[in-house]
Amino acid sequence: MSSFSNEQLERYSRHIILREVGVKGQDRLLKARVLIIGAGGLGAPAAMYLAAAGVGVLGIADADAVELSNLQRQIIHGTPDIGKPKAESARASMERINPEIKVNAYQTYVSAANVMDLMADYDFVIDGTDNFAAKFLINDACVIARKPFSHAGIIRFQGQLFTYVPGNGPCYRCIFDSPPPPDAVPTCSQAGVIGAMGGVIGSLQAMEAVKFITGAGNLLTGSLLTCDALRMEFRKVRLHRRRECQVCGDRPSITAPFDYAAPVCDIAP
Amino acid sequence: MNIIVSGVKKEYPEGLTVQSLIEAENVEAQMYVTVSVNEEFVKNAEFADTVLSENDSVEFLYFMGGGI
Repeated sequence: MSSFSNEQLERYSRHIILREVGVKGQDRLLKARVLIIGAGGLGAPAAMYLAAAGVGVLGIADADAVELSNLQRQIIHGTPDIGKPKAESARASMERINPEIKVNAYQTYVSAANVMDLMADYDFVIDGTDNFAAKFLINDACVIARKPFSHAGIIRFQGQLFTYVPGNGPCYRCIFDSPPPPDAVPTCSQAGVIGAMGGVIGSLQAMEAVKFITGAGNLLTGSLLTCDALRMEFRKVRLHRRRECQVCGDRPSITAPFDYAAPVCDIAP
Repeated sequence: MNIIVSGVKKEYPEGLTVQSLIEAENVEAQMYVTVSVNEEFVKNAEFADTVLSENDSVEFLYFMGGGI
């Protein structure tokens, strides 16, 4: 175990005092590597909390630039960041929160061509993307690479998430076999989303990453947690792996990541 | 008979199928909803033929594509 500086002991004191974390858990956080895909509504709070928590290496991948319409929810970016690449803007915020950590900014779309390389160096992946093509790609890649990840989606006043750990509960494709056709289900740009919904669900994704790294408690595997903020109801729906799942089933037909057609959330901001 | 729909106990007539429950509950984007009965997934193609029984617990799971 590495020895902590006085500054580290102070910075992480509220973690270290926790029985479930302690010096050992904080040491694991400092040595952990988490990849966050999407520096938006979900990725912003996830990245900020994981930076603050002292996760040693954080990857943040996003191909887009910050736009005015992002700022209602993407709290990692500020008004002066409009026009800057989101990955770089996010990196600057994360380093401002915690200069101790290393942040790798990837200004790129995640595709079948780069997803395996991108996630290879990381212990845990956070899906903070906004389209089904990316969500299925990340799921397939993580199942194939046996990489744990947190899936989440938000829309309007609703959100959902679950955690995939190889050999433990369903994957995204067990629950949703394949992406819906474009415009078959509402997207955020069409239907809207409350900014704080990203805060709620993205923070829970960070929580899952912290629990995975430190070994504290039980992960959200084998259940989908849904949040209906209008009724202020959280429900945990228990689910099991589908043996005929195309990617994690007994006889998978998908054995390499592939790209679906263009993203769904593609109308003008 | 009693059916538990998204955690809430409801009264429905005998012989209710998953498809008729989806319609009665006015489920959004019905073609693309995932349904589980007693924690097991039901294939979309089998919605019309899956008859529910007393105290079955039905969950509707919706695509949520947002995040950015």
